[in-house]
Amino acid sequence: MADATALTFAALCLPFLGAVVAPFLVRMLGARAAWLLALLPLLAFAHFLGQLPAVAVGPITGGYDWAPSLGLRFSWLLDGLSVTFALLITGIGALIVIYAGGYLEGHADQGRFFSFIFLFMGAMLGLVVSDNFLMLFVFWELTSIASFLLIGFDHRRAAARRAALQALVVTGGGGLALLAGLLLVSSATGAAELSQLLQSGDILRDNPYYLPVLLLVLGGAFTKSAQFPFHVWLPNAMEAPTPVSAYLHSATMVKAGVYLLMRLNPAMGGTVAWEVLLPLFGGVTLVVGALLAVAQTDLKLQLAYTTVASLGLLVMMVGFGTSHAIEAAVVYLVAHSLFKGALFMVAGIIDHETGTRDVTRLGGLRHALPATFAAALVAAISMGGLPPAFGFLAKEQIYDALATASPWAVVATSMAVLGNALMFAIAFAVGLKPFWGKTKGTPKQPHEAPISLLAGPAALAALGVLAALFAGHVHQWVSSPMASAVSGSTVEVGISLAPHIGLPLLLSLLTIALGAAFYWQLDRLRAGMALCLRWLGTGPDRGFDHAITGLIRLSAAVTRILQPGRLEIYITCTFLCVAAILLLPLWIYGELPVMPAFPSHLQLHEAGVLLLALAGILAVVVARDRLTAIVSLGIQGFSVAILFLLFGAPDLAFTQLMVETLAVVILAMVMTRLRLSPRDRRSFGQMLLDGSIAIACGCGFALLLMKATERPLDMALSDFFNTYSKAIAHGANVVNVIIVDFRGTDTLGEIAVVAMTGLAILALIRVRAHTERKLAENDPNAPEDLGVERP
Amino acid sequence: MNTLIFRTVAPGLTALMLLFSVFVLLRGHNEPGGGFIGGLIAASALAIFAIARGVGSVRRAIVFHPLAIAGAGLLMACCAGLLSLFLAVPFMTGLWIYPSLFGVEVPLSSVMLFDIGVYLVVVGSLTSIALALEEREVE
Repeated sequence: MADATALTFAALCLPFLGAVVAPFLVRMLGARAAWLLALLPLLAFAHFLGQLPAVAVGPITGGYDWAPSLGLRFSWLLDGLSVTFALLITGIGALIVIYAGGYLEGHADQGRFFSFIFLFMGAMLGLVVSDNFLMLFVFWELTSIASFLLIGFDHRRAAARRAALQALVVTGGGGLALLAGLLLVSSATGAAELSQLLQSGDILRDNPYYLPVLLLVLGGAFTKSAQFPFHVWLPNAMEAPTPVSAYLHSATMVKAGVYLLMRLNPAMGGTVAWEVLLPLFGGVTLVVGALLAVAQTDLKLQLAYTTVASLGLLVMMVGFGTSHAIEAAVVYLVAHSLFKGALFMVAGIIDHETGTRDVTRLGGLRHALPATFAAALVAAISMGGLPPAFGFLAKEQIYDALATASPWAVVATSMAVLGNALMFAIAFAVGLKPFWGKTKGTPKQPHEAPISLLAGPAALAALGVLAALFAGHVHQWVSSPMASAVSGSTVEVGISLAPHIGLPLLLSLLTIALGAAFYWQLDRLRAGMALCLRWLGTGPDRGFDHAITGLIRLSAAVTRILQPGRLEIYITCTFLCVAAILLLPLWIYGELPVMPAFPSHLQLHEAGVLLLALAGILAVVVARDRLTAIVSLGIQGFSVAILFLLFGAPDLAFTQLMVETLAVVILAMVMTRLRLSPRDRRSFGQMLLDGSIAIACGCGFALLLMKATERPLDMALSDFFNTYSKAIAHGANVVNVIIVDFRGTDTLGEIAVVAMTGLAILALIRVRAHTERKLAENDPNAPEDLGVERP
Repeated sequence: MNTLIFRTVAPGLTALMLLFSVFVLLRGHNEPGGGFIGGLIAASALAIFAIARGVGSVRRAIVFHPLAIAGAGLLMACCAGLLSLFLAVPFMTGLWIYPSLFGVEVPLSSVMLFDIGVYLVVVGSLTSIALALEEREVE
C-alpha cells in the first residue's frame, strides 16, 4: 500500500501547508479565507476516517528513511489510539478554523494567527502519529513552541507574555525530561520506535532503570497535561484568544500527556509505581482543579480549571490499570473533547457578543442568543453527565470501572464523585446560568452570533448526543480499537444509554444530587473557596514567579563572580590556562622533546625570512607606541606567510597574508577608537607578569609542535585525499576540496559561526554608538551632523 | 593617512582587488584559492575603500547591508547542501553538471555554489564589522 503511505504523509503535511499559505489567503480574501483554509484539516480528517476500517483490524505502520546512517526514520504508527486523536485534532481543528474566522474578523493579525494555529495543528498531528521516539520528541517540543506563540499572540499585554513564557518553561522543561526518558527507554530496550517497544513485553518493566525512566516520562506527561502542581500554566494560558483555548483544551496540547500515558500503558503500565503515582496525581488534580473551577467568575477560567480536573480524571483512570478503567478513560476522552470544545466556543461567543465573560454580570441571554443557548445547553448536559449525551456514558463507565476494583477504589470513587459533581455544577454555570434568569445589562448589546461562530459549538454539541444515540457504531469504530490499543489486548466497549442498574446508577444519582446542590449554592461555594485560597496564601503560580526571580538573581550573582568586567583579568586567565594546558602535561609525563639540531642546509633566503620574523617580534617588544607595535606584529605575520609559501603551502600563505592585513587594519581601527593613550603605561611588575605569561604560552606551543614532529608522520589521510580528491570531488586543490566537499558540513557550521559573530559584534558596536549618540545629543556644543548613518 | 594619492588610487585598487577576489574564488577548486580567501580579499578591498572615501560611499556601492550579504551567503551554502535532497543522496553530496556554453564545457557544481556562499559570508561579516568600526566617528 505505497499509496496509503504517500497519502498519510500528505495528510501530515496539510496543516503545515496551511501555516504557509494562511497569511496570503487572509490578505486576499479577508476573514472568508477561513472557510477555504478549513478544507485542509477536513481533507486530513477524511483521510484518517478512511483508515478506520483497516485500523480496527490491526495497527498500520509506515514512513520514510530520514537519516539512515543514524537509524532515524520518519515513521508513523496508526492504531485505534492515534487515529482517534488524529480525527479529533483535524475535525475539531477544521471547526476551530471556521470559528476563528468569525471570532477574529477584521483583526489585523488574523493571517499570523492562522499560521500559528496550523503550525500547532501540524505539530499535534505529528505527535500523535509518530512512531519514532525522536520524531515524537521533535513534534512534542514543536507543540510547546507553537502554543507559546499562540498564548502570547496578544504580545502587547504583559500578562499574555508571562503566560506564554510560563507555558513554555513548564512544558518545554517537561519535554527535556521526556527526551531523557525516551533515550533511556531506547538504550534499555534497543527499540527506537514505539511499535517495537509495544511488542517488547516486559523488558522495560523488568529493567533496573524502570523507575527513573518512568519518573522522567511522567515529568513530560504531567507537565504537558497540567497535572498538579504543574497545572498553573493551563489557566494562565487563557490569555490566548478564545479559539486557541477551545482548541488547546478540547483536542490537542493538554491531552498530549494523556496520549503519551495511554500509548506507553502496554509497555510501562501495570506496575506498582504506575498504579500508585498516576491515580495519586490524577486524583489530586481532579479535586484541586474542580475546586479551583468553582472559585472563578470568568467563564473561560471556570472551563480551564475543569479541564485540569478532567485531565486528572483521565490520568487517574489510565493509572488504574483494569481494562474497564481504560474503556472509561477512552470514552471520557472523546466525550470531553466534544463538550469542552463546544463550551469554550460558547464562552467565546458570549464574550464576543456581550463584551464580558464575568458570570456575575451575565443573565437572560436566551432571548438574544437562542441558538447559542441550545448548543450550550446540550454540551452542558454532556459535561454534567446526564442522558442522552456521550458524557453520560463516560461517567457510567467510570463508576462501573471504579466500583468493581480494589479497596483503593473507595478513595478513588469518592474523589471521582466529588469531582464529577463539581464539574456538573460548572457545566451548568457555563451552559445555563448566563442564559437564564433576568436579563442583565452588558457592555455590548447582544445579537445572535453569525454562522461561522455557531457552526463549531452546534456541530460538537450535536455530535455529543449523536455519539450516545449510536453508541454501538461509535464503540465499534472508535472506542474499542482505541481501548484495545491502550490496554494492549482486544477490548470491547459495550456501554450504552440503557440504565445500568446497580452501584454505578446509585453513584450517578448521588453525583447529580450533589451537583445540583453545588449549582444551587454556587455563589456561597465560590465565596468559601475564595476565603480558603486567601488562607492558603501563595500557590504554585506565585511559586513560578519566585523560581524565575530566584534564577535571575542566581545568574546575576554568578555573573558578578565570573565576569567582573575587566578585560585584562579575562585575558590573563585565558592565557594562563593555555600555558598550563600546553606545558604541564609535557612536564608531568616527562615527554619534553629532544632539542633538534640546527638545520645545516638552511638557505640564505630562508634564514632571511626567519630573521625578518624575529626582527618583527623584537620591534613589537621595544615599540614605544601602540600603532608601531601593531604594524611590527604585521611584519612577523607576513614573514610566517612567506615561510608557508616557501615550504609548499600556498593556500595557507594566502590566507595568512590576508588575515594579517585585515588584522592590522581592524586592530588599527579599534585602537584609534578606544581612546587609549598612544603609549603603553603599564607598571614594570605588570609588564614582567604579562611577558612571562606570553613567553610561557609561546614556549608551550613551540615544545608541543616539536614533540609532534618527532613522531613519524602518518600519511594515511594525506594519501586518501590525494587519491580521491580528483576522483570523487573533481578538484585538484586538496585543501579546498576538503573544505568544501569532504568536510563541507563542518565548513557550513563554521561560516554560520562567522555570520553570527559578525551579527554579535555589530550589535555590540551599535549599542556603544547609540549611547554615545545619546550623550552627544544632550551636549549643547555637539555638532548638528554627527556623521552617523542609520542603516 | 587620508592623502590625495591614497584617495585617488583607492577606487582603482578596490576594483582590482574585487576582481582578483572573484578570480581567486573561482579557481579555488583546482589551484590555491577558494571562498574563504577570496572573501578576505574582497573584505580588505572594501575596507580600503572605506578608509579612503568614507563608509557612506561603500554602503551605497554595495547596495545591500553587509549582514544581508552574509545571510544570503549562509542561505546559499545551506541550499547547496539541500540540493542533494531532491536526488535522494546524503546531505552535502557534491553534484556536478557539465552544460556546454558556446561550445565550451563549463563544469558547474553544488560545491561551487557552496564556495560562493562561503565567500559571501566572509565578505559580509568582515565588511559589516569593518564598516561599523570605521563609522564610529562620533566624538
